[in-house]
Amino acid sequence: MKWLFGRRRDTPLWRDEFAISTADERYVNRRQFAKFLVLTSVGMFVGNAWILLRSWWRGEPVFLPATVGRVSELPVGGVKLFNYPGERDACILVRLAEDRFVAYSQKCTHLSCAVYYAREKGRLECPCHEGYFAIEDGSVLQGPPPRPLPKVVVERRGDDLIATAVYVRPQGTPA
Amino acid sequence: MNDSHGLPGEPEPFDRGVNPPPIQGRGLVSIDGALALIAVLLVVQMWLLTAALESFLAGHDEGALPATLISGAIAAAVVALYLFVSAVDAEVRRR
Repeated sequence: MKWLFGRRRDTPLWRDEFAISTADERYVNRRQFAKFLVLTSVGMFVGNAWILLRSWWRGEPVFLPATVGRVSELPVGGVKLFNYPGERDACILVRLAEDRFVAYSQKCTHLSCAVYYAREKGRLECPCHEGYFAIEDGSVLQGPPPRPLPKVVVERRGDDLIATAVYVRPQGTPA
Repeated sequence: MNDSHGLPGEPEPFDRGVNPPPIQGRGLVSIDGALALIAVLLVVQMWLLTAALESFLAGHDEGALPATLISGAIAAAVVALYLFVSAVDAEVRRR
């Protein structure tokens, strides 16, 4: 019964049971703040080191022939997305004419946003920063992308469309 | 209502910066200056990380090594400033 009669009349019961000041709880002194800043700085250094390691270990891809679609399922002007050469390498296949197929990496060469086929304008567009690529050869038409889209070599074998390689064109190379 | 912030006789946490003694005041100025410098260095380091990530995603690898070296130097400077803050803090408290 002490919890009922032992407290002052003007103190609510919840303050007796939770005698923690919110101001004390949220108070951060200079030393704690400095520790937080140091941890943040070390974290950003680790991030930079991670980028360095990833850039060092960016291995050369191996191109194995892979079926990426069928002619019969892709109408003229149609688009099919596929992954080549790896599961995480998104690509876009476009049927331009009855017997003409083009395929490119779907990652914009600026910041890796996914490009899409703007059929009415006849070009590939990156919605992030309005980078445009020619659908015929993947060259940059406008915007910040520094180089053409990597081109996926697609061969037609009967009804199958088979990717055999990816042609990466460095900066400044004509398409 | 319990409005005290600490033990009896202990200075209130929010009153530590009000009318401090001269030595403590100089120590606080040093600590605040060091913290401000750390904040500036962090902004530079954040920009560096962003630029390195953008460059990496764009397929350029040549900037990763200098960015990491500079970021490491900044992190070392921040740690040194933190040690300075701790030393000044300990010195002020000791006096």
